[in-house]
Amino acid sequence: MNGPHDLGGLHGLGPVQPESNEPVFHAAWERRAFAITLAMGAHGQWNLDQSRHARENTDPLTYLSQSYYEIWLRGLETLMRERGMVNEAEIQTRMAELSGGES
Amino acid sequence: MSDHHHQHPPSDPTLRVKALESLLVEKGLVDPAALDVLIDTYENKVGPRNGARVVARAWADPDYRQRLLIDATAAIAELDYSGRQGEDMVVLENTPTVHNMVVCTLCSCYPWPVLGLPPVWYKSAPYRSRAVLEPRAVLTEFGVHLPVTVEVRVWDSTAELRYLVLPMRPAGTEGWSEEQLAALVTRDAMIGTGLPLNPAEVPS
Repeated sequence: MNGPHDLGGLHGLGPVQPESNEPVFHAAWERRAFAITLAMGAHGQWNLDQSRHARENTDPLTYLSQSYYEIWLRGLETLMRERGMVNEAEIQTRMAELSGGES
Repeated sequence: MSDHHHQHPPSDPTLRVKALESLLVEKGLVDPAALDVLIDTYENKVGPRNGARVVARAWADPDYRQRLLIDATAAIAELDYSGRQGEDMVVLENTPTVHNMVVCTLCSCYPWPVLGLPPVWYKSAPYRSRAVLEPRAVLTEFGVHLPVTVEVRVWDSTAELRYLVLPMRPAGTEGWSEEQLAALVTRDAMIGTGLPLNPAEVPS
């Protein structure tokens, strides 16, 4: 698929910025997003190619502005929504509950 | 793309992930304890120290080196490293005339069992775009300056095939144990964006 993820050879994306002593995860939510993605993958409802398609099937602006685990999360939510596993209304309701009833 | 709303970045990943986990636990789709195990595995157990042991073994044992270059997946499994994102491994041998460097231009393919999860720069747009366009410039930014006589080969990983660079053994390490040798092997040396440490650079 020709999409925003096909970055080889593109100009203008800036310098490589290595981070010294980089931690494996940069925020607590990244740990959970990573593990949930792996655990959900183990159900066999989609394969690696479908996961990648779900992450990459978006507009370039979204793809290039999201962090790595934001892309993973969006892809996972798409796969689960397509299969009726979790919908947006449930997520919004639970977010409101967890934040003390405010939405 | 049926619902455009979902294409936007989550406004608050922390709360959103918490909500998602809570829903999935409730539905019996994930087990929080299993998530903790996955996190602990990739944060604390699997990492570039694994790959360093493979490289050190190859430096110390010519027979192992041969096996590693012929069938990397099997040779790496001899050290008990195998599985997810490392099912099909290829080892690329650096020589005085060839330097290998690995990228995944399409996403973030990386040999998890031997290197752990990839660093952010490896997954970033600048590295993915430029590694194949101007590898020598990228190497220079990593502090790697190769003579012009050295050919730079860039390998684009795929979901099926993962690469590990076998760097050249540093001079002055004759008679060193595998453990001593492994201390010279950096993560970047196994991606090809770095070189192994020299004996003088090893922290005592």
